[in-house]
Amino acid sequence: MEFISAFDVIGPNMIGPSSSHTAGAAAMALLARKLFGDKTPAKVSFTLYGSFAKTYKGHGTDKALLGGMLGFRPDDMRIRDSFRIAEEEGLDFRFIEDDETETPHSNTADILMIDEDGYTLSVRGVSVGGGKIKLTRFNNIDVDFTGEYSALIVRQNDRPGVAAHITSCLAEANVNIAFMNLFREDKGTTAYTVVESDEKIPADVLDKIRDQENIMEVKLVQV
Amino acid sequence: MDFKNGKELLALCHENDMRISDIMLRREITESEVSREDVVSRMQVSLDIMKKAAVSSIEEPRKSMGGLIGGEAKKAYESACRICGPVLSDAIAYAMSVLEVNATMGLIVAAPTAGSSGVIPGVLMALSKHEHISDDELIKGLFNASAVGYLFMRNASVAGAEGGCQAEVGAASAMAASAITEMLGGTPDMCLNSASFAISNILGMVCDPIAGLVEAPCQSRNAIGVSNAFTSAQLSMAGIRHHVPFDEMVDCMMEVGRSLPKELRETALGGCACTPTGCDLSCKIFG
Repeated sequence: MEFISAFDVIGPNMIGPSSSHTAGAAAMALLARKLFGDKTPAKVSFTLYGSFAKTYKGHGTDKALLGGMLGFRPDDMRIRDSFRIAEEEGLDFRFIEDDETETPHSNTADILMIDEDGYTLSVRGVSVGGGKIKLTRFNNIDVDFTGEYSALIVRQNDRPGVAAHITSCLAEANVNIAFMNLFREDKGTTAYTVVESDEKIPADVLDKIRDQENIMEVKLVQV
Repeated sequence: MDFKNGKELLALCHENDMRISDIMLRREITESEVSREDVVSRMQVSLDIMKKAAVSSIEEPRKSMGGLIGGEAKKAYESACRICGPVLSDAIAYAMSVLEVNATMGLIVAAPTAGSSGVIPGVLMALSKHEHISDDELIKGLFNASAVGYLFMRNASVAGAEGGCQAEVGAASAMAASAITEMLGGTPDMCLNSASFAISNILGMVCDPIAGLVEAPCQSRNAIGVSNAFTSAQLSMAGIRHHVPFDEMVDCMMEVGRSLPKELRETALGGCACTPTGCDLSCKIFG
């Protein structure tokens, strides 16, 4: 059983009104932003499903999602003014309500981020309750990623030896792997490796991992 | 130093001649490998947020996002009617203030949830004001409350969608009752005894938010959570025993929660939400 801290009970500290619809929404957008390279995209669209689609206005889900995309944590008072701040920063944003598509979890949003040079990343976030979240889709790949640990996300060609290359780079840097998952689009095409660790992953590991012909992209998300 | 239920918690208290708050603090330090200083200062941050939220809507009321609440805390605080006495009257107003802060996208501490976030600050701030309890003691009160809340989370649930409002405001009220008991000098057994009273007094309370928003009847439910916490602590401090031990009450709360129909578990399909007026209000808010 996972450790329940005193601060899981008295906490999280959050902008109201709802841990799932507000705090969770900010947390998933913040994690999406980190995966995008820890920068505000030029354009973002949020597609809201289930209970998010039906009740987002009364819960400030839209303000929270946008706040997270601007880099605000779930306890940041600026979330209240995120629409104004986004406009000032020139972020092009929109919200799409989709209350017809069935998603496995009620509180789900797809977040599509686009950079000025056309770089695009889409993720699906799910708010699982109590302010906790996970990402279940990364571009077109099904993943399961909470952001509670430091994580490396590697986009790679699906070839033999790539996973071994990644783990040996991590072993050299003395990083203890908590979880490691491999996801792929199709056999022999593009795959993603998600490595999570309880400790900080040193940034210089990234260059070592990149130094292999089948590695296409490496991202680091620190706790 | 870990414990899985109330029985083990009390055994640890007896073996070590410690209070519930001491055991919970030690558990936090050992299990999360963080220094005592850091754990306590983190709880001080939580307390400071609670303090601010408990008064900010009294000083500066705002309309909630759904428009169902706003201004009630100030009215309660300034009311000429003080029939509940100074401690409870203020605690009610503080608790309602936190819910207003929450519903206007202000900063709160979920305790254990956002919908029940007023109960513990309401109780703590009233004790601070009227019983002159120091911040250090209030922080111990928060560790005591978190021990009780942890057992609800571990062995039952504090989600309205799973257990109804009894799981949210009920758990908050039991946490607060236990904390009051310790802060007033009660023994660990008396703390869990008061938690038993608190949860059994509002067993079966449904979660039926109008328009699905954390506004009404959530705000006044936090007021009743405060009253129930003081009542339960009062009974326990008087030496009155609840017949059912705390652990059995936790299981019982979950059983009752499971037997509630889904309409009464945060879906806004029953209770206050489904009255003709509740439905009209929902239509007005969401069109």
